[in-house]
Amino acid sequence: MRRSGSRIVVAASLVAAATAPAWVWNPYHLHTLIMAGIFAVLALSLNLLLGYTGQLSLGHAAFFGIGAYASGLLTVKLEWSPWIGLVVAIALPALAGWVIGRLALKIRGAYFVLLTISFAGVVSLVSVNWMELTNGPLGLPGVPPLELALPWLGEVSLRTKSAYYYVVVAAVALCYLVCLGLVRSRVGRALVALRENETLAESVGINVTHYLVLATVVSAAMAGLGGGLYAHYTRFVSPEVFLFTYTVTMVIMVVAGGKGTLAGPVLGAVLFTALPEVLRAATSWQWQMLLYGVLLVIVLFFLPQGIVPAVQRRR
Amino acid sequence: MILEVRDLAVRFGGVTAVGGVSFGVAAGTVTSLIGPNGAGKTTAFNVITGFQRPTAGGVMHDGTTITGWRPHRIAARGLVRTFQKTSLFPGLSVHENVLTGLHLRGRVGFVAALLRRGRVGAEERALDDEAERVIGFVGLGARRETLASALPYGEQRLLELAVALAARPRLLLLDEPGSGMTISEKSALAALIQRVRDDGITVFLVEHDMRLVMGISDRVLVLNYGRLIADGSVTEVQRDPEVIRAYLGTGATRERA
Repeated sequence: MRRSGSRIVVAASLVAAATAPAWVWNPYHLHTLIMAGIFAVLALSLNLLLGYTGQLSLGHAAFFGIGAYASGLLTVKLEWSPWIGLVVAIALPALAGWVIGRLALKIRGAYFVLLTISFAGVVSLVSVNWMELTNGPLGLPGVPPLELALPWLGEVSLRTKSAYYYVVVAAVALCYLVCLGLVRSRVGRALVALRENETLAESVGINVTHYLVLATVVSAAMAGLGGGLYAHYTRFVSPEVFLFTYTVTMVIMVVAGGKGTLAGPVLGAVLFTALPEVLRAATSWQWQMLLYGVLLVIVLFFLPQGIVPAVQRRR
Repeated sequence: MILEVRDLAVRFGGVTAVGGVSFGVAAGTVTSLIGPNGAGKTTAFNVITGFQRPTAGGVMHDGTTITGWRPHRIAARGLVRTFQKTSLFPGLSVHENVLTGLHLRGRVGFVAALLRRGRVGAEERALDDEAERVIGFVGLGARRETLASALPYGEQRLLELAVALAARPRLLLLDEPGSGMTISEKSALAALIQRVRDDGITVFLVEHDMRLVMGISDRVLVLNYGRLIADGSVTEVQRDPEVIRAYLGTGATRERA
């Protein structure tokens, strides 16, 4: 009974997600859903490291920000196609992830956290101070929207919220499938082995460094995709994309949703993007963040493993 | 000799853990390394399996020098170890533990995992069957879905053995596999180790339990204070005066006391 019940819930959520622009009339609500989708990409990305390899990256906003700036700069300054911008928004953070992964050769736990924080700090300072390239704190306005050239229909603008919503949903689906593919193979088991017992993993022949670098690269690429999507959606990139808040929000989504599960980060992203908006509507601003904190503490107190593992256990 | 250790020395600052030891392990045997606590047995194991760099000397496997190689490369050559302190993937089930141990038998990499799901499916089925066989071999069939951390101690030690066997060793290094086991568990373990050897896997064993060692070993090496003091069959080693001294102390000291 329970199992079929949860299947119905999942199927209903998928149908709701696929048809949302048809019945979400309020553009602000649709905006919230688009942001939830972008955060779902980021949370899936962070979960690959935090949930599977067990390494906490507290500089994840750096990959997000590099992606946003890469696509923003290429399309604004060089007037490249936004699609090429998106590809670079994936590739450049992936390269940065590779460097971080190699540097983290023997660094784990708290030291890995510090390394990622420092990296984010450095990148953020560059974005503020390299005025000629990034425009500094003024930011980069006028990032072009995505356009789609179809063979018979001609140019289709993805400028509208409902069109962009589907772009974001496609990105979430892609990232979800990448995570699913990795997790359900020996690659995923190697990542988990690194989390569970690194010494034993090495002793049965798992090249731990290789898999940590792989996870960091894939995770950074996904976060970069999220950044690129964000840049072409808000059409504006500023050093704010490197804010620590973004990283903290990702961590909250992953941990509350259920780290080391596939559905957890997506659920966490939707809930914790919607929650501030719901609180904004329901209470005055003084109470908003306080209530957010209290609710978060309650969730983690009663469901320390996160929401998805708790639901799975009850089945 | 499947394994040869030459003039191996490991010093931590001023402390000599292993001081110039040479020995070999013959293929197809059960060879035991014994000695009092602190004799350097585990340090020798750590060097052989790549977890510790030696200060001097070398390790050869089948004629290839493997000194200083990373542990996963040594494992890929067929030298697989277990650990003195229970070492498992605690948050995974028995089945998942063994599947993880089967890593070297899989081929799927990043690209295949994403794009060749058919190949992944075939590999997963093959690995599942293999995991089933290994779990059955150590007798944990009834515990398939139990979390490793929830197993009783004796079964945790069997699971460690299963994870190591999954990595398809040619030389299996067991670091005190019987510690903490009951007497009946130990005799089951002894039978299991002999079956492993009969399957063609050379076993190199560090163990404190003399009954276990003397019951299954083809050859015994004795370390004391980082030096090899005896090397021979069970009966030879048992009669060796220096071994007796190392284990019981000298008579003279006792008389004086």
